Amino acid sequence: MFDSSSVIYKVYMFISNDPSQFLNALQQHLFLLVMTPVSLAILVAVPLGILATRYKWIEKVVMTLTSILQTIPSLALLALMIVIGMGIGYKPAIMALFLYSLLPILRNTFIGIKNVDPFLKEAAMGMGMTNMQRLRMVELPLAFSVIMGGIRTATVICIGTGTLAAYVGAGGLGVFIVRGLQLFRNYLLLVGAVPAAVMALSADYLLGKIEYLLIPRGLRSDSSNK
Amino acid sequence: MVRFEQVSKKYDNIEVVKRISLEINEGELVTLIGPSGCGKTTTLKMINRLIEPSNGTIYVNGEDILKQDPVQLRRGIGYVIQQIGLFPNMTIAQNIAVVGKLQGWSKEKMLARVKELLDLVGMEPASYMDRYPKELSGGQQQRIGVLRALATNPNIILMDEPFGALDPITREQLQGELKKLQAQLHKTIIFVTHDMDEALKIADRIVLMRDGEIVQAAAPDEMLRHPADDFVASFIGKDRLLRSPDEVKVEEVMITNPVTIESNRGLAEALERMRNRRVDSLMVVDDMNRLIGVITIKAVQAGLDQGGQLGKYVAEHPAAAVIGQTVREAVYLMAEHNVGYLPVIDENEQLQGLMTRASLVDILTDVLWPGLDSPNSLLTATAKEEN
Repeated sequence: MFDSSSVIYKVYMFISNDPSQFLNALQQHLFLLVMTPVSLAILVAVPLGILATRYKWIEKVVMTLTSILQTIPSLALLALMIVIGMGIGYKPAIMALFLYSLLPILRNTFIGIKNVDPFLKEAAMGMGMTNMQRLRMVELPLAFSVIMGGIRTATVICIGTGTLAAYVGAGGLGVFIVRGLQLFRNYLLLVGAVPAAVMALSADYLLGKIEYLLIPRGLRSDSSNK
Repeated sequence: MVRFEQVSKKYDNIEVVKRISLEINEGELVTLIGPSGCGKTTTLKMINRLIEPSNGTIYVNGEDILKQDPVQLRRGIGYVIQQIGLFPNMTIAQNIAVVGKLQGWSKEKMLARVKELLDLVGMEPASYMDRYPKELSGGQQQRIGVLRALATNPNIILMDEPFGALDPITREQLQGELKKLQAQLHKTIIFVTHDMDEALKIADRIVLMRDGEIVQAAAPDEMLRHPADDFVASFIGKDRLLRSPDEVKVEEVMITNPVTIESNRGLAEALERMRNRRVDSLMVVDDMNRLIGVITIKAVQAGLDQGGQLGKYVAEHPAAAVIGQTVREAVYLMAEHNVGYLPVIDENEQLQGLMTRASLVDILTDVLWPGLDSPNSLLTATAKEEN
């Protein structure tokens, strides 16, 4: 398995020869291409999603725009960022990934809150909660797992699409994939693709754990047999 | 406490509540009842401004509610809904405490109140406080729903079909508990229901609505005795109508096919008929069906040896009721003459039926156990067999 011609051996050699290069790419990918755009998207999409549940016109505008954004192919969106004057490097990549993350988070926030039992909303209003109190004490806790679902989707999308960001010079794990394609070196493809896949799976798993820990016990599906 | 003055509610020119005026007194438990779409829930929700009236004024504690901040108004009014509406993300204690929290009560004060309230309905605070709504049965959940409305001790509590989703046994328990709480706490409760039994059981006053209007507002007893019109009577249900013996006529309760025999028949035939129909006396009539008297089995036995027609063994019946007389008059006649049954005749003295003690039992069972098949008297039961 570890004979000098096997792909796995080549991958191993590549990483161990210059671990800092690999770790840098990994770090770039995780922080610049995933956490930054997803965090920004949460900051924008959650409030927008909430507003959309309160005002019909915001719902229409926001939902249409984000749906359109989602239909643009990822590579084209990256190129578009350069065209609109963001230059090359991590900036257009973060922007494009941010735009991509908006829809799942926005839509799930909107749906999560919309789907809160109307009787609970009525009970909340009837006992004298203000709009903000109802949001904070009832709607957001109840919509939490749906919103988290949107964040998980956005994260996985960013990890995958982030590999394309190497084309605009943003670095990340995509660098190895692009280089591998150009040099016809299959093991380089793996150096980029396998860690990206592992990252996507573990991020989804970790976020699931976080969601479970944060969700109120009364909403957990297993709380009745605690 | 709560006063409606000419209040209307329109949706797109459809008037669902039409200029209603109603005054609800302090400590009164009023049920709003009526068929679906009669406007009862709309009327209720206008009190805490979940629905805004289109016209008219509603006063709560003497103040026009439209001039108050709806949030403040609602915090002063308890609210219980049919779907229970406990917040699944909060524990039982948090659910009960939520209104107190909104009003800025301290944790200690709220905690003490939660314990006090759970004790009030016999739910052990230590074992329920930290549980979540879904870990409780429907009946327990709605108890908590009611406690939540009581938490900050509001004077007025609105209840929108609170027990409608519960099974009948639990529903009855909770109705009983509500009645008890009401007696203890003297809250003004406005309670929407479509269940007349529920209204009759708990209400101090029933407000019956139809098509957005109040048809009758009266105490249950008054409504049962004097329904305002046919709609009220039919909504209450004929079975439940409490009618005094002064209102029920003998012909409504009498047996219409008593066992009779013509006076020109023989004694043997009389005996045979008694045996067939399992009765101990027969109404004796002439060929025009006019009542002559009664013949008992003793008289028949005494006469059998001598033979002949039964005419001479007939005893005149001491009393008879006339069609149109009331049950009360009939009962007096029965008591006065110490008889267990009373023939009912019309103005031509023709026999129309027979009032028995069993007929009186029928009236009682109709009132006490509506819908139950009346126990037929022996006389009718056997008559049916022969027919």
